[in-house]
Amino acid sequence: MATPSEYSSPQRGRQRPPHAVVGSQVERDEEMFGKAFNGHVMRRFSGYLRPYRLLLVAAVAAVLVFTGTQLAVPIAIRYAIDNGLKYNATDKSLLEIAVIVLAAVVVLNYLANFLQEIIVGRVAERVLFDLREAMYSHLQHVSLGFMDRTEVGRLMSRLQGDVAALQEFLETSVFAIGDFVLITGIAIVLVAVDWRLGLLTMSVVPVLLLIRIVWLPRARNAFMGARESSSRLNGALAEGINGVRTVQSMSREEVNASLFEEKVDANLKAQLKGTRYGQIMIPTVDTLTGIAMAIIILIGGNFVLDRTLDVGVMVLFVLYVQRFFDPIRALTMQYSVMQRAMASGQRIFEVLDVPFDVEDKPDALPLENIDGSVEFKNVTFGYNRNQPVLQDVSFRVNPGETVALVGPTGSGKSTTMSLVHRFYDVWEGQVLIGGHDVRDVTQESLGHQIAMVLQEPYLFSGTILENIRYRKEEASREDVVEAARAVGAHEFIMRLPDGYETSLEQRGGNLSLGQRQLISFARAIVADAKILVLDEATANIDSYTEMLIQQALARLLQGRTGMVIAHRLATIRGADRIIVLQDGKIIEEGNHNQLMALGGLYARLYSMNYASFDDIPDELIQSAIRQGNETST
Amino acid sequence: MALRYRSRMALALITIIIGTAFTLWIPRLLGGAIDDALYFLDGATPDKGKAQAALLKAALILFGASVLRGSFTMAHNYLGESIGQHMGYELRMAYYRKLQRMSYSYHNHVHTGDLMTRGMLDIEGVRLFVNTALLRVFLLAILIGGGMYLMLSTDVVLGFISLSFVPIVAWRAIAARLKLRRGWTELQERLSILTRVMDENLAGIRVVRAFAAQDYEMRKFHKISDSALSLANNLIGIRVRNTTFMTFTFLITVTVVLWIGGLKVIDGNLTVGELAQFLAFMFILQMPVRQLGMMVNGFARAQTSGTRLFEILDLDPAIKDKPGAQPVEITEGVLRFENVSFAFMDEFGDEQVLRNISFEAKPGHTIGIVGPPGSGKSTLAHLVPRFYDVTSGRITIDGQDIRDVQLESLRHIVGVVQQDTFMFTSSIENNIAYGDPWAENETIHRATTQAQLHDWVRRLPRQYDTLVGERGVSLSGGQRQRLSIARSLLLKPKLIIFDDSTAAIDAATEQRIRAALKEITSERAVIIISHRLSSLMHANEILFLDKGTIAERGSHEELIARGGQYHDLYELQIRPGDDAIDHVNNPAADPGSDNGDA
Repeated sequence: MATPSEYSSPQRGRQRPPHAVVGSQVERDEEMFGKAFNGHVMRRFSGYLRPYRLLLVAAVAAVLVFTGTQLAVPIAIRYAIDNGLKYNATDKSLLEIAVIVLAAVVVLNYLANFLQEIIVGRVAERVLFDLREAMYSHLQHVSLGFMDRTEVGRLMSRLQGDVAALQEFLETSVFAIGDFVLITGIAIVLVAVDWRLGLLTMSVVPVLLLIRIVWLPRARNAFMGARESSSRLNGALAEGINGVRTVQSMSREEVNASLFEEKVDANLKAQLKGTRYGQIMIPTVDTLTGIAMAIIILIGGNFVLDRTLDVGVMVLFVLYVQRFFDPIRALTMQYSVMQRAMASGQRIFEVLDVPFDVEDKPDALPLENIDGSVEFKNVTFGYNRNQPVLQDVSFRVNPGETVALVGPTGSGKSTTMSLVHRFYDVWEGQVLIGGHDVRDVTQESLGHQIAMVLQEPYLFSGTILENIRYRKEEASREDVVEAARAVGAHEFIMRLPDGYETSLEQRGGNLSLGQRQLISFARAIVADAKILVLDEATANIDSYTEMLIQQALARLLQGRTGMVIAHRLATIRGADRIIVLQDGKIIEEGNHNQLMALGGLYARLYSMNYASFDDIPDELIQSAIRQGNETST
Repeated sequence: MALRYRSRMALALITIIIGTAFTLWIPRLLGGAIDDALYFLDGATPDKGKAQAALLKAALILFGASVLRGSFTMAHNYLGESIGQHMGYELRMAYYRKLQRMSYSYHNHVHTGDLMTRGMLDIEGVRLFVNTALLRVFLLAILIGGGMYLMLSTDVVLGFISLSFVPIVAWRAIAARLKLRRGWTELQERLSILTRVMDENLAGIRVVRAFAAQDYEMRKFHKISDSALSLANNLIGIRVRNTTFMTFTFLITVTVVLWIGGLKVIDGNLTVGELAQFLAFMFILQMPVRQLGMMVNGFARAQTSGTRLFEILDLDPAIKDKPGAQPVEITEGVLRFENVSFAFMDEFGDEQVLRNISFEAKPGHTIGIVGPPGSGKSTLAHLVPRFYDVTSGRITIDGQDIRDVQLESLRHIVGVVQQDTFMFTSSIENNIAYGDPWAENETIHRATTQAQLHDWVRRLPRQYDTLVGERGVSLSGGQRQRLSIARSLLLKPKLIIFDDSTAAIDAATEQRIRAALKEITSERAVIIISHRLSSLMHANEILFLDKGTIAERGSHEELIARGGQYHDLYELQIRPGDDAIDHVNNPAADPGSDNGDA
């Protein structure tokens, strides 16, 4: 046994334990950057800009006016110096004209600046929300198959990170136009004022551009490395908090702290590397600016001495040189922004392009006043081509009847339930609810006739009242309390600190599994549907809660047509009829006694004497199936 | 805390002073060069060569000053960042260590999300303080002070005019930033609700579809999304109004300076070079003044973050070693509960969970504990490794009160197989070797074999290297519990407590595990807590807990013969026969149905 002293002994402490890590070991695999331009993404994106096209045109106009005024300020100053400030000039009107012009330019600059910022900021924000809404609302209707295959975290990162990348793209693109105009404008003005000095001064621009282009990919790697390392660090911290009970019971505090320290250290190094990359640009830019200014003073000064240049031009040059860097930085950054936006756009439109598998027919009717019967007529269905999960399944559940579906894992029980609700469309045959083909009625009205209880009770944040009421907002508090009483949840709800107003923690974490189950039963009662589809919980619940749930189940099924994927013998035996599925086909049908007399798979499983079919080990089920196959051949 | 990096801090301050000096010198050089040129033009120096030499000198110095300014700016930025990052390093470690040591009762009552926010954002807030607030204030003070001196010494009136934009811009920057700070916090809040709504909708999409609740969900989304959008738009408005106004104020001041300065030049009271110098100073001062808002925000944030952070760092773990505590000494391995009572005592009031519990577990003996939900079974298990401390009475191991021995040594000899065990995102091997990361592969495999998990692991494509946890293979409840058992067995504890840790394992597998553990359990004290009677029927003594007290105790046979609560539970579990079915279908008809409501 490892004694405590061994853990803290220096030899062992220094050496990294072979079997220990903290934090996630999974690399992030989503590609962050795409091509800088993607026609498809741009076309789709422009669709979302259309409602705001007038505003965007106005924004671009404001950007251009703003850039123009930025160019004009140094020109006005130069004019004032060269024409208004002649020593002992008796006429002060030239200076006054220059000052008035400058004041006008400043006011114009203010207005244009305000307009460009407010329009671009708000439109970009709106587009972000529009895109998110489009995606979210799309996800409400895409096939469940897609939802099952896709991790929620991944969708969330599209709904948040990716839409933000497009917002950033829109925002910076508009300003990039201004930056481009500004840098071109400066170049034109400089060359126009004095082409010799202009060209010489501008010679630092390509150098700066070149340095940026070499620097950018490396710096980006460093910045991303810094971000990555900090998210890893936070992951490890989260793990330490969530797993703290296990950590303490295994006395892993010291080992974890030293492993965490490795991560903290790696993060420190990555962050400082990022800082170095960021900061190195400062002396670089200053050096280049210094060169440009030295050129202006040396060469420009000589021109002045030769009387071929005005002093004001020198000042103009100096003022412009200080403005080279910002637009160049913004423009080179724009490339990364575009790359990121295209990759994000692709992911967003990928989601928006997922087709709806199930849609209302144009002439779909609302399903109303039905008798509550469910009928499958020769239904064949599968999720993948040529791999039918259900084959030629036919059965009928009469109004008010309770039918238990039984069968080994993968026999098609859950699929059958999904088809009742038209989560998918059948390949062949028909599913009829109250005599109507589910494809002929609206999905919404269908949903109102069928209540569903899932295997894992799923609760939302909010109060217990809101959870039981859920979609049926018109249900009164009395309806809710009555439903809770019916399933035996009222007592424990009243014992909670705020009764029905008690807020649930994430996924109902402050309730036990059994309690969550009862709440989800109450929710189904409030939905007041004719047909109840229920997937019985497999999770092991203690006998006391189990008894409560069995009672609640009976109440839930009263006066409704019930289809239950049943695991527990108590539930199965309580059903009016049992349908046994195997490999997507109905192999046995009847009540408990009939099936026992038949001596088939059901009888064999039942005789194994487990309280729940889920408790039966796989091997035994397989052997029971084999036994069946042997006797039938 | 920043004082710990005294030399680096001093270096940062020195580089700031030198860098700022160069920054302030550059406009002087420019102005001087302009005046040199003009001086010649006015015919005051007829020697062109001398004028050229002056220009060359000015150009070279200017170039040198620019390079040095850039280098020193880089140096102090980097130093500031480095100090901040090192502080972050220490805070992170201290925070992590502290949380790892805080007791169960603490972790039961704080939100994980809250701890994460403090660990991420608040450490960041304190860290950023050095660079964005502390050093910047110093930089700004020198810059404004130096600039002010240079301007006022050149021309008092023009100096005051030039500086007039500083208080206006500073005030707007600070006011706007503080307003935005509140706004951003509120926006974050709304966005996090939006995130929660979307996340829950997508994770529970089957419920949404099952209840045809898409419209309802979209309304929910719209409500919060619209409120976030309108707030975001407000904030954009505040920001834009202020930033554009600041630019405007600045440029208008420039205009006035040009006008007044121009008149002075014409009157011969000022040179053109000096005027240019004023303008250049103003451009230099503009940026840091606008950043004042950021600085004030940095101070405010560091203050709240610091408070929140040190609130945790100053906590004292409720459960820790007594001074001079020795490792626990095992002579026999006898665990004894002596009149133990326990209550959760916190702000939620005291809730008596266990009352006067006494029993003894000897090596080779198994104690079974059973009882309805909420009877205190799990709490009892958590008292032994001191996840909580008893309120009265005492727990001893070989006569030593567990509160008197070293905590770490205690937890090494007590193995609690937890009900809901945490899977770390790592390989199966690492998860099993969690308590002893130096364990040999053989030892790991032996523990896995005893827990009846080995065969399953061998069938996985990557076997023991298979990743579990987030994004790894998902384990069924039974597999998780078997992994948890292997994890505890690996440590060969002297005392094993199974805290309802076989509930999800099928009866046959559980039987095999018990057989495999025969050798281990025969020389150790074992406590089995379970709601499934078949798991503990074989125990030497069974305690039936009800509302925190031992309601019945004895062997299985004795308890059955007694015909009490244990007997009722046995009936309920072992014979799910016709009575139970009738009971389910006709709850009202069965007089015994009230039992279940407890």
